[in-house]
Amino acid sequence: MTPNLHLWLIPVLPLVGAAINGFLGRRFSRQTVAAVALGFCGAAFAMAIAVATQFSSLPVVPHIETLAHWMRAGAFQADFAFYLDQLSFVMLLVVTGVGFLIHIYSVGYMWEEGGFYRFFSYLNLFMFFMLTLVLANNYLLMFIGWEGVGLASYLLIGFWFLKDSAASAGKKAFIVNRIGDFGFLIALFLLIQHFGSLTFAEVFQKIDAMNPETAGAGLLSTIGILLMVGAAGKSAQIPLYVWLPDAMEGPTPVSALIHAATMVTAGVYMVARSHVIFEHAPTALMVVAITGTLTALFAATIGIAQTDIKKVLAYSTVSQLGYMFIACGVGAFSAGIFHLMTHAFFKGLLFLAAGSVIHAIGGEQDMRKMGGLRTKIPWTFWTMTAGTFAIAGFPPLAGFFSKDEILWRAYQTNWIYWAIGVFTAFLTSFYMFRQWFLTFFGEYRGEADHAHGDQTRAGVPAPHGHGGIHESPAIMLVPLVILAVLSVAGGWVGASRFELFLSPVFYSHNSGHLIAPSSEEAAQMRQMESLESTLTMVSVAAAGLGLFLAWLLYYRRPKLPQQIAESLGGFYTAVLSKYYVDELYATLFVKPLVDGSTRILWHTIDQGVIDTTLDDTADSARDVSDTARRMQSGNIRSYAGWVAVGAAAVIAYMIWVGTR
Amino acid sequence: MTPSTLQTLPQGIEYVRILPEIVLSAFGIVIMLLDPLVDQRRSSRMLGTIALIGSLAAIAASQYQTQCPPGTAFWDMVRVDAFSIFFHIVVTTVTAVVILTSFEYMDVQQLHAGEYYALVLFGAVGMCLMSSAVELVLIFIALEISSISTYILAGYRRRVAISSESSVKYFLLGSFATAFFLYGVALMFGATGSTSIAKIGETLNAGPVPLLAYVAIALMFVGLGFKVAAAPFHIWTPDVYEGAPAPIVGFMSTAPKAAVFAVLLRVLFEAHAPGRLWLIWVVAALSMTLGNIGALVQDNIKRLLAYSSIAHAGYLLVAFAALPSSGIPAAMFYTAAYAAMNVGCFAVISHFASAGERRVTLEDYAGLGRRSPILAATLTLFLLSLIGIPITGGFFAKFYVFSAALQADLVGLTVIGVLNSAVGAYYYLRVIVMMYMREPREETPVAPIPFGLGAALAISGFATLYLGLLPGRVLEYARSAAALLR
Repeated sequence: MTPNLHLWLIPVLPLVGAAINGFLGRRFSRQTVAAVALGFCGAAFAMAIAVATQFSSLPVVPHIETLAHWMRAGAFQADFAFYLDQLSFVMLLVVTGVGFLIHIYSVGYMWEEGGFYRFFSYLNLFMFFMLTLVLANNYLLMFIGWEGVGLASYLLIGFWFLKDSAASAGKKAFIVNRIGDFGFLIALFLLIQHFGSLTFAEVFQKIDAMNPETAGAGLLSTIGILLMVGAAGKSAQIPLYVWLPDAMEGPTPVSALIHAATMVTAGVYMVARSHVIFEHAPTALMVVAITGTLTALFAATIGIAQTDIKKVLAYSTVSQLGYMFIACGVGAFSAGIFHLMTHAFFKGLLFLAAGSVIHAIGGEQDMRKMGGLRTKIPWTFWTMTAGTFAIAGFPPLAGFFSKDEILWRAYQTNWIYWAIGVFTAFLTSFYMFRQWFLTFFGEYRGEADHAHGDQTRAGVPAPHGHGGIHESPAIMLVPLVILAVLSVAGGWVGASRFELFLSPVFYSHNSGHLIAPSSEEAAQMRQMESLESTLTMVSVAAAGLGLFLAWLLYYRRPKLPQQIAESLGGFYTAVLSKYYVDELYATLFVKPLVDGSTRILWHTIDQGVIDTTLDDTADSARDVSDTARRMQSGNIRSYAGWVAVGAAAVIAYMIWVGTR
Repeated sequence: MTPSTLQTLPQGIEYVRILPEIVLSAFGIVIMLLDPLVDQRRSSRMLGTIALIGSLAAIAASQYQTQCPPGTAFWDMVRVDAFSIFFHIVVTTVTAVVILTSFEYMDVQQLHAGEYYALVLFGAVGMCLMSSAVELVLIFIALEISSISTYILAGYRRRVAISSESSVKYFLLGSFATAFFLYGVALMFGATGSTSIAKIGETLNAGPVPLLAYVAIALMFVGLGFKVAAAPFHIWTPDVYEGAPAPIVGFMSTAPKAAVFAVLLRVLFEAHAPGRLWLIWVVAALSMTLGNIGALVQDNIKRLLAYSSIAHAGYLLVAFAALPSSGIPAAMFYTAAYAAMNVGCFAVISHFASAGERRVTLEDYAGLGRRSPILAATLTLFLLSLIGIPITGGFFAKFYVFSAALQADLVGLTVIGVLNSAVGAYYYLRVIVMMYMREPREETPVAPIPFGLGAALAISGFATLYLGLLPGRVLEYARSAAALLR
């Protein structure tokens, strides 16, 4: 007898919270709003823990619970059903756990902001969609979560909508994501067309049953690449990454939750979930790996020149997501998910710590105006230090284990991936320690006496009753400390044990992959192990080099970077302005579209053709007498002319078809 | 029609097959008769209530038709089956919602209600008849009944110049287009010797198709394409929508379109129209693209939605290019979903426009989210549905249409369609951004939502969500109805 875990409750609980705060929150006190939001989010987390305690005793994994039949159209069927296996289990714990911590932190961070209830309503809504995405049993339900998190993210990025840049950043995120969704949707259509189903188990079974020789690798490659387009949109990969750095306009807890720990990793999760498709489609896998590699490198180079503390973290997120796609692309899905998990810990931590820094110095985000904060905000400093060492990949912190595993697996596929990965690791270490030194060491470079609740952050004045640099309240520090502990210890489970846990998901169809190596293989493995440890030392050395360089340039010889920047000239400017990708997009796509529609449709047709005929009457067009003239002015004749031309074309075409 | 069939009078069941039309006509006539008798000041409310009862009775009549065996009536001129009942229900429900919206609108605009409600009902008669007529001459008559009612309604704000202009433009161009259709019918009769769609289908399916039939289809397509505002016959739409009263725009952008699409489905699929594929391909691609690009630069919300309706006609036509087995149900589903969301949009616009339709530019919508959260939230729902975001009807409408197109291997058209819907997201979003992310330009409170409008919003909002959450039943119904058409 399969136990009923009531999985549906996990996403629905935050939805209830969102509804309560959304409809009634305006009248609640801040305490009540916070209690509702934390209560329902915490309940979801508690449910996830309860599921965890029963997980090992489940008789059948994947465990599927159908809540309701949704639609049946012929043979095609999709249900409101939830799918729990090792993969969604890991995601479930990460999303609810990190999500809950960030909820707690937000209470402190957002306390003085207007729209408190609105913020938490959106945040809970996001949890609902994210959990739906993670637990979905079929691509259609997953897609609903997928669109929903996009919507919630849009609402939260634009939270400070009075600030123009925030509103337009929200819109940019939404539109770029639509491009990705377009790929995802077409992939779904193809799946329906060829497999008649969108249910994970059914689709994968049918693909596995295909003869590998005649498996229609073309079809599966197409589907895989289209899925990757969708993933690139959501997970900010080249060429669709441009929205994520702008998304930093949102409140910092949002950046931590959505744009670092959970939503942006949805693409990685989706690719890992679709691993059966990708394993049958080597071309698609290669596309994934190459996209990941290029993104990791490209974003890291941009990260070097950023001066905004959150923008550094944003580009670093893009880059780390690149690592996860490298892992998926070389077939090491569990390594990708492992990095996803550790990244959720340390990047969530880094964002929250950055938020704490920003909070401490009254809304300043420019690192050039920070410095020397080490002693003033010690808790923030130490937790951020843990996060920085973790992301840079120093043993024995979490990032070291997961990144090392990815690099090792990448090396086994192609050393190029590894080489670029190691170089990126060096860059990562460099820009992260650059941030660390700039923020916490040296002299404080900001204004000595500043008004707290600076306009730069909110655009809405958020008056604080106190001035001076100060440590954040305990409600913000507790999540920091917990995440810091996880960033330190989260990797100790070890990549191989993690892989073993996930193996039923990723190796079910070719079992025996992990079991009982022969003696010959054992010998080979020993040789591999020594190679592996060499490679590990190389990557640790790369991280150390990054630390050393950052120390040299930003601590020991702070004048040097300026000189280097000057001697590099154009290149540095290019990096500083993010290689002009935004401008390129604007010139290539946005401007022609707007210009074209303005010029051609508005100016030429509407104004040129139509309005010229009634220009004289335009001023007094509201006059009845003029209207008569206006109607006689050839306007309708020109309209009728258009209809006649169209009709002539249609008739000519039909005659042509008919006489052919 | 042989003399012997004419001698037998229609049987009882045959009247049931035009029951919704009878009910609507009867109520329309009652309103015309009562109009001079009742006090001017109270007439609006009273006549409106009668019209509402009439439309509800028509919905009930359509429901009742499902209980009766499907079949033809009046010497094979009308056929009632699941297909026509589907459109009856769409048309009558839209009529009820429009009447509910009009209650307040007529008061605020200080319009004389008399013929208004009668004309709405008469228009609905034509639309219902269009979807059940299986004979080209009757289709023509039904089309005219519906069109003439909407011509007059478009100019109902008599004191406003652009409304009269809208009406005259619509009338002149509409008559022009109707002439094409009538020519097409005549040529089709010449080519096949019949005006019955079933017989035409048999003839065209059996033997070599005469050239005349191609030309006939072309001419009929021009006439019908004009009515659904498909490019290149769309050019009248923005001007007419801008001038016509807002509830009427909601009406004429949904109900007559649904009926005309029903006719198109019959003409193209049941009559086995030749040479449709590329014709529709081009028209669909053109409509989607011109509609969406045109909408990008509009600042008047009625013009914006006019261009949007051109684009949606394009999406719908994509289904017509697909195979009948998946294309017909997809098209039917789309008409229902589009009717729900668009009539809802215009209900909000009618209310917000205020006396003299002053507030119809996007600027006016600034800060609506704060000034009237409920109005803004419902409009957002309808706009999200128009974009095609999941859990709204618009999502599944697009989903089914595009998957039908892919099943027919229309990859190019699907790509154009999906790219277009990405472009479309931009201008709908502009409205949402305006409502929620801009400071209100004026602080005058929005008038509270009266009961009638609330009901209209609730019905269209419910339908939009229902089609988005549980699309299965409607789709299954459309699928079984579509099977009857082949």
